[in-house]
Amino acid sequence: MPKVKSLEDLKRIREEAQKDLKVRLETGTTITVGMGTCGIAAGARDTMHAILEELHKREIDAHVATVGCIGMCSKEPLVDIEQAGYPRITYANVHPDMVPRIIEEHLIKGNVVQEWVFGRVARD
Amino acid sequence: MRELSLHILDVLENSLEAGASKVTLTIEEDLTADRLTIAIADDGRGMDAEIVSRALDPFFTTRTTRHVGLGLPLFAAAARRCNGDLTVESTLGEGTTVRATFQHSHIDRAPLGDIRNSVLSFLLATRPVDLHYIHRINDRQFEFNTEDVRAELGDIPLSHPAVREWLSEFVAEGERGIATDSDR
Repeated sequence: MPKVKSLEDLKRIREEAQKDLKVRLETGTTITVGMGTCGIAAGARDTMHAILEELHKREIDAHVATVGCIGMCSKEPLVDIEQAGYPRITYANVHPDMVPRIIEEHLIKGNVVQEWVFGRVARD
Repeated sequence: MRELSLHILDVLENSLEAGASKVTLTIEEDLTADRLTIAIADDGRGMDAEIVSRALDPFFTTRTTRHVGLGLPLFAAAARRCNGDLTVESTLGEGTTVRATFQHSHIDRAPLGDIRNSVLSFLLATRPVDLHYIHRINDRQFEFNTEDVRAELGDIPLSHPAVREWLSEFVAEGERGIATDSDR
C-alpha cells in the first residue's frame, strides 16, 4: 500500500515553489475556466480536469483558475487563456476532447486555434 | 446534473459568490438508516428571509447577467425525487447553510461521482477560500481542512501546480480509504 500523503510533503513543495513563485506570477500563463451552474452543467469540471491532465502530461507549468458565470451560458464551457504580452483569448464550448489541441497549438506552438475562438481582449 | 458532486460544486460556487472565506462541506452516508446527507455551510454575506424564501424559485436570481437561477432548484428537485429534501438556512451577514437529504438506495439517486474534481475546481477559485471537508461513510471518515494546508504552505497558493497535484492525490487517497464496493 502506498504511503498516505501527509502534510509533511507540503514543506518540500513549499521550499521548491518559493524559488520560482516570482517568475510564475510575473510571466506565467493563466487558464481560466467558467464554473457557474451553466458551466458545470455543460461539463466545465471535466474540461478543467482535462486541462490539468494535459498540463501534467506535457509538463507545462500554468496557473489554472475557476470563475463564476459571465452571462454567456450557451457558450459554456468557456476557457480563457492569458499569457503575458498577448491578448486574452476566450475559447467557447470547450469539451475535454478539444483540450489537447488547444494546449498543443496555443501553449506550445503559440498559434491561437482560430476556429474555436469566441473572443479576444487586447492588453492595454 | 449527472452527479451529486456537480450539485455540490455548484453550491460551493454560490458560497464563493457570497464572499465566503470559509466553507464546511459535510457528506454523510449512513447506510444503516439508508440516508445520504450533504451540507454546505459558509460564512458568506447570507440572505434575508425574503430572499431565502425565493432561493428555490428557478425564476429568481440576484445576479444581473441572466434572469434565471437554476442551481438550488435543480439540487432540490434531485433530493425530492429521492424521498429527500433540500433546506436553506441563512442569516444576513453571517452565512448560509444548504442541506440536502436523499434516500441512499433510491433508484433515482445520482451517484456522488467525482468529488475530487469538484473539490479541486472549488479550491482553484480565483479568490482564495478555505474548505473544511468531511466525508463519512458509516463509521469511516475522511476529513481535511485547507487551513492546515495553507499553514504549511505559507505564501504559496493552493493553485500552484505542485500543490494542486498534491491536493488532487491527497483527496483521491482519502476517498479511496473510506470507500467500499457497495457504496457507489
